[in-house]
Amino acid sequence: MLNAVFEPGFFSSSPVHVALAVGGVVALVSGIVGSFAVVRGQSYAGHALADISVTGGSASFLVGVSPLWGFVGVGVLAAGVMDMIGIQRPRGRDLATGIVRGAGLGLAALFLYWDTTNSNVTGATITILFGSLFTVSSSLLPAIVGLSVAAVAIVAVLYRPLLLSSVAGDLAAARGVSVRLVGLACLVAIALAVSLSAMTIGTILSTALLIGPAAIGLRLSSRPGLAMAWSALAGLAATWLGVLLAYDSFYWPPGRHGWPVSFFVVTLIFVGYVAVQGITTRVRRA
Amino acid sequence: MKRRPGALRSAAPHTGGGPDAGTVLDVDGVSLWLSGRKVLDDVSFSLAPGEFAGLIGSNGAGKTTLLRVILGLQAPSAGTVRVSGQPRTRRGSLIGYVPQKILLDPDMPLRARDLVGLGLDGQRLGIPLPSARRRQQIDEMLEAVGAGRFADTRVGLLSGGEQQRVLIAHALISRPRLLLLDEPLANLDIASEQDVVELLGGVAREQQVAVLISAHDMNPLLPVMDRIVYMAAGRAASGTTAEVVRPEVLSDLYGQHVDVIRVHNRILVVAAQRGEGLDVPEPEPVVHEGA
Amino acid sequence: MFSGFMTNAWLVATIVAVVAGVVGFFIVLRGQAFVADAVPQGAFAGAAGASLLGINTLIGVAAAALLGALGIGWLGRRGRRDVATALALVVLLGLGALFLSFSTEYAPEIYALLFGEVLGVSANEVLPIALLAVVCVAAIAALYRPLLLSSVMPELAEARGIRPARVETLFLVVVALATSMSLPVVGALLIFSLMIGPPAAARSVTSRPLPALALSAVIAVVVVWASIAAAYDTNWPVGFFVGAFGAVCYAGGRGWAALRGRRPARGWREAGPHGPEEHGVPAANVRV
Repeated sequence: MLNAVFEPGFFSSSPVHVALAVGGVVALVSGIVGSFAVVRGQSYAGHALADISVTGGSASFLVGVSPLWGFVGVGVLAAGVMDMIGIQRPRGRDLATGIVRGAGLGLAALFLYWDTTNSNVTGATITILFGSLFTVSSSLLPAIVGLSVAAVAIVAVLYRPLLLSSVAGDLAAARGVSVRLVGLACLVAIALAVSLSAMTIGTILSTALLIGPAAIGLRLSSRPGLAMAWSALAGLAATWLGVLLAYDSFYWPPGRHGWPVSFFVVTLIFVGYVAVQGITTRVRRA
Repeated sequence: MKRRPGALRSAAPHTGGGPDAGTVLDVDGVSLWLSGRKVLDDVSFSLAPGEFAGLIGSNGAGKTTLLRVILGLQAPSAGTVRVSGQPRTRRGSLIGYVPQKILLDPDMPLRARDLVGLGLDGQRLGIPLPSARRRQQIDEMLEAVGAGRFADTRVGLLSGGEQQRVLIAHALISRPRLLLLDEPLANLDIASEQDVVELLGGVAREQQVAVLISAHDMNPLLPVMDRIVYMAAGRAASGTTAEVVRPEVLSDLYGQHVDVIRVHNRILVVAAQRGEGLDVPEPEPVVHEGA
Repeated sequence: MFSGFMTNAWLVATIVAVVAGVVGFFIVLRGQAFVADAVPQGAFAGAAGASLLGINTLIGVAAAALLGALGIGWLGRRGRRDVATALALVVLLGLGALFLSFSTEYAPEIYALLFGEVLGVSANEVLPIALLAVVCVAAIAALYRPLLLSSVMPELAEARGIRPARVETLFLVVVALATSMSLPVVGALLIFSLMIGPPAAARSVTSRPLPALALSAVIAVVVVWASIAAAYDTNWPVGFFVGAFGAVCYAGGRGWAALRGRRPARGWREAGPHGPEEHGVPAANVRV
């Protein structure tokens, strides 16, 4: 029976190990940082930053830098720009986010067009969108872990001021918290998290893991720390289960064709969200 | 944020007004120009510990702006503000602030007790370690404001009155010397209004906290108000109710003829319509205050 | 640039731009930039699915766009709007990933759908696009007053018997239609740029709705024309220019507003709960 769940070779396969490790780290970070993103109404910003960091990744060849730094560097830069031109009201901020994203994507189109070394433009596009968890090089792991720790550290150090300014900016400002600076730092942490995930698991999963588990966590607990913990856990579970299912799907009829990880993870998160919504709404009404 | 020495001890009862070492709040000649308009015009007054003052004026008089200047969120164009003798920089725990209404997301993962806890140390870096002492402080504060019942409810699910109590607890838990509230009575029903006024009056007396409440109607505050700061068009007159709420003073403040009517223990301030002179009969008096 | 085969491109582009400007005006008014971004992306997944099933791409695109838009509405009623949008988007993209994994024969069509291939529009596509455009604009015209009212003052709309939820659903359907017809021309990734840049600029110039609506369409048309001309000259992708010029519009709008000494034109009261610190209320009430 165990064999039916874990198809042969799952535990011994090296790409699977890397996938679980990288996916796990990314899921945890996204879950933690994502809680703040959702609470601050910055879901769109998170999504936009993922795509913009991809622009950075695809431009890295122009400057001769490793793609990792292209992703992260441009992502963080874009966060700074967004914060600078952003307006206080969420609507204005979403508008600014959209504009920046449009410009960034336009640039990405340009870079892809110029990237004559990659003749298969579509292949590159697909990889960017949908990620390549099973083909991530394990040599990237230390850098990924390091940057993930940095993102979580930002959130941990600024935990209280960030929480207070997310609840009510006036209360934080009255206490001497620089709401603007704290907001920028949070956006940078989000940029770090999504650029890492965009690079390793694709932009679809990047957004999904930032928003979905966080939304689940918010519903499950009314305590900030606990909500973040649930969020990280939900993201981790969805990712690992998704990896497992993707691996298994190779063995499913009709033939040796594996279904993509992103499909499974996204579906799991979606189902989880709807389920939690349904259950908690019923409980609240009761 | 350094704790001001002696913050936990009550100050001795204060007997008079005026800028001396005992005043908690000293506003001196504050003026503010914004977008070409003079929003605050030479505002001066002071508060002693334990004094309860009402900042009264209609919408647009400049009350919220003045509160923001006192808080340090807005720099004045002229004049100074001192809190416990310290000039306006980020004052952190010296001032407690209760904004008028904050928009709270029902999803926000924060219980009432969590928000109050942030009142203790919301500006400190790092993750708070759970401590029994902290929890006890929070519990006591919640009980004191009558918020014990909903201590574990999400802040986003609280009613307006409940949310306000939590905000008051949040502001008071760090033992400020000065408590500022922006229109706390605006959205409350009469019973809740009385509760809040009583609560705040008690806080002022027992903890020797100077309380400044902005409101557009002075009547609910009359039972507990020691002094009044009456604002109109950016100008202010301060003193006791008897000193300030008089036709001469208010007419001067408004820049037009104003009558004060006392009826059934309440005070009504009635102004003529703009543009009409002192002697012209008023076919449509506009009631600016009370009612 | 203006020879025979290009006429189609100019014609279609103009039609698309007008619709984008008109629909985009309400998108910006309702603060739904994310929705405008998400629906086309999800629709792109539909194209992949349609290709797999062997049916007309445009049908797949429209179906996915509708599914996405209505999904956003459904989820949005149960939870936060931005979370709903993000989740609907990623689910559709996940499905798209699944479809794409089943086949490898997409190459040029995918690129065109993502970044736009206005130059590749054929004559027999002009009519369907024009028809869809007429439907969209007619729908907006019919919905104009309820839509305006429920976008700006939902409580007041309800008092008048308008149901914001129903108006929302109808509007989302229009957004789905508008994006599906524009996808082949401007591309999934950048259609939204056309829907938010020009209206944002228009709003900064005037605070009256009808002029802003018209101006929004005009600016969108100008942006598209400039983009096509530039793409024709440099051979760079049209999408790049749309994104760039969209940003220029937005920046121009904000610059104009700043020069005139105010944030987005006074008079734009926006829907939703407001605290005293969030109102953009005109000068009479000094709540600074």
